[in-house]
Amino acid sequence: MTASRSLERFAPLLLLLLILLAWELVCRGFSISDFILPAPSAILVALVEYAGPILFHAWRTFWTTMIGFGISIVVGVFLGFVIGSSRLAYSAMYPLLTAFNSVPKAAVVPILVVWFGIGAGPAILTAFLISFFPIMANMATGLATLEPELEDVLRVLGARRLDVLIKVGLPRSLPYFFASLKIAITLAFVGTTVSEMTASNEGIGQLLLSAGSQSRMPLAFAGLAVIGVMAMAMYELFAWIERHTTAWAHRGQQAT
Amino acid sequence: MTDSTLFVDFREVWLAYSDEAAQRSEFAVEDITLSTRQGEFIAIVGPSGCGKSTFMKLATGLKRPTRGEVRIAGEAVTGPLKIVGMAFQAPTLLPWRTTLDNVLLPLEIVQPYRAQFRDRRREYAERARRLLATVGLDGYEDKFPWELSGGMQQRASICRALIHEPRMLLLDEPFGALDAFTREELWNVLRDLWTAQRFNVILVTHDLREAVYLADTVYVMSRRPGRILERREVGLPRPRDLDITYTEPFAHLVQELRERIGSIRKR
Repeated sequence: MTASRSLERFAPLLLLLLILLAWELVCRGFSISDFILPAPSAILVALVEYAGPILFHAWRTFWTTMIGFGISIVVGVFLGFVIGSSRLAYSAMYPLLTAFNSVPKAAVVPILVVWFGIGAGPAILTAFLISFFPIMANMATGLATLEPELEDVLRVLGARRLDVLIKVGLPRSLPYFFASLKIAITLAFVGTTVSEMTASNEGIGQLLLSAGSQSRMPLAFAGLAVIGVMAMAMYELFAWIERHTTAWAHRGQQAT
Repeated sequence: MTDSTLFVDFREVWLAYSDEAAQRSEFAVEDITLSTRQGEFIAIVGPSGCGKSTFMKLATGLKRPTRGEVRIAGEAVTGPLKIVGMAFQAPTLLPWRTTLDNVLLPLEIVQPYRAQFRDRRREYAERARRLLATVGLDGYEDKFPWELSGGMQQRASICRALIHEPRMLLLDEPFGALDAFTREELWNVLRDLWTAQRFNVILVTHDLREAVYLADTVYVMSRRPGRILERREVGLPRPRDLDITYTEPFAHLVQELRERIGSIRKR
């Protein structure tokens, strides 16, 4: 039991090592040039060699993403609350928001540049625009899935709409909320990076672009790896918060 | 019977769910006239989809009649009635609250308890514990609903319906999802609570044995649009015990009601 548990725990790490090993072997076996596909060892070398600049750009990407994500939580929760608690607001706003969400965010960046200039502004806003939708949609779902019987029980007692929302709706939507944060944070990193590629002089996106244009493939891959690690770390953070705040929604794991 | 002893009093009540439905004469319930004495236990039986749940909404004031009048405790019903407690087939307990906190929920909402909830929480919790003990849930107060069996959840749900000491308890097929043994156990739990507190009960059910065992009076409703087809007083002596369900008069009464409902279904 414990052996299989610990295997399960380290399985992702093992898989990663396996993939890296296969990758390395393929690159060496077929003598693939670093300009086409750098081997993991070459990427690691680039990571160490350019640690300073990479860290600088990564920090920039990190804080712009977090600001955009923060706005996204505030706006997403607010809109989700409005949409989830009012049928009229739902039918009025949801189609429009869906249409908006399906616009490629990369296409919005040039407009943002006109409005806010080159720099952190477009990156923050792109991160926000790309990531608020899942938060909003999940909040709304959590609030809207109230059992009609329970609502009757409370309404008979003289509960106001707000009572029902606070006592039942909000706690019920918390698991949905945390689940959406995990999705949204990874999207926010995508948004920032995309925006940095055209509208910034700093950030991992810009690093990727310049490394690519100079055919410094190991450095480009190092940038990708850094983005991946940051997004995964934040994902795990929110997954951890989710497990520790809404344990009642994950009872399957504890009961058995 | 004088007016002052009536508790539930439906006078020629019709309900359509919308104005258009009313114009097309599509009613969910039609011409319901029914009255109960103070403290009476009535059961409403009928085929599924007969408007039993609509009847519940009328009795609680969640729906206003299209025609006719509903009076509860001598007053015309104009909005949700706080003197009512409700329980349903699904226990609808909140999974993030312990059993005790679930039972306390109504006190956080209904006045006058709501205003005093913070100050008197300890006292209220004590009251909830006592209530839970009377239905055999002592020791489970701090467990979460998902740690309880279906029957235990339903006991807790009934406690939640009773914590604010309502004068009327409305039960909509409360034991429908339970196995036969648990169901009979809970019949007795309900019987004992009612015997001790003598609140008014409206039990909506499709289980005829349940209706005859628990109620003073059984009403048979027709298929949609729901009408009251028959009123049967259950003459069986109280206190009743499960043994009574195997006696001839009990079986006879159940048989008669079954035939009555069978004849509705054929038409």
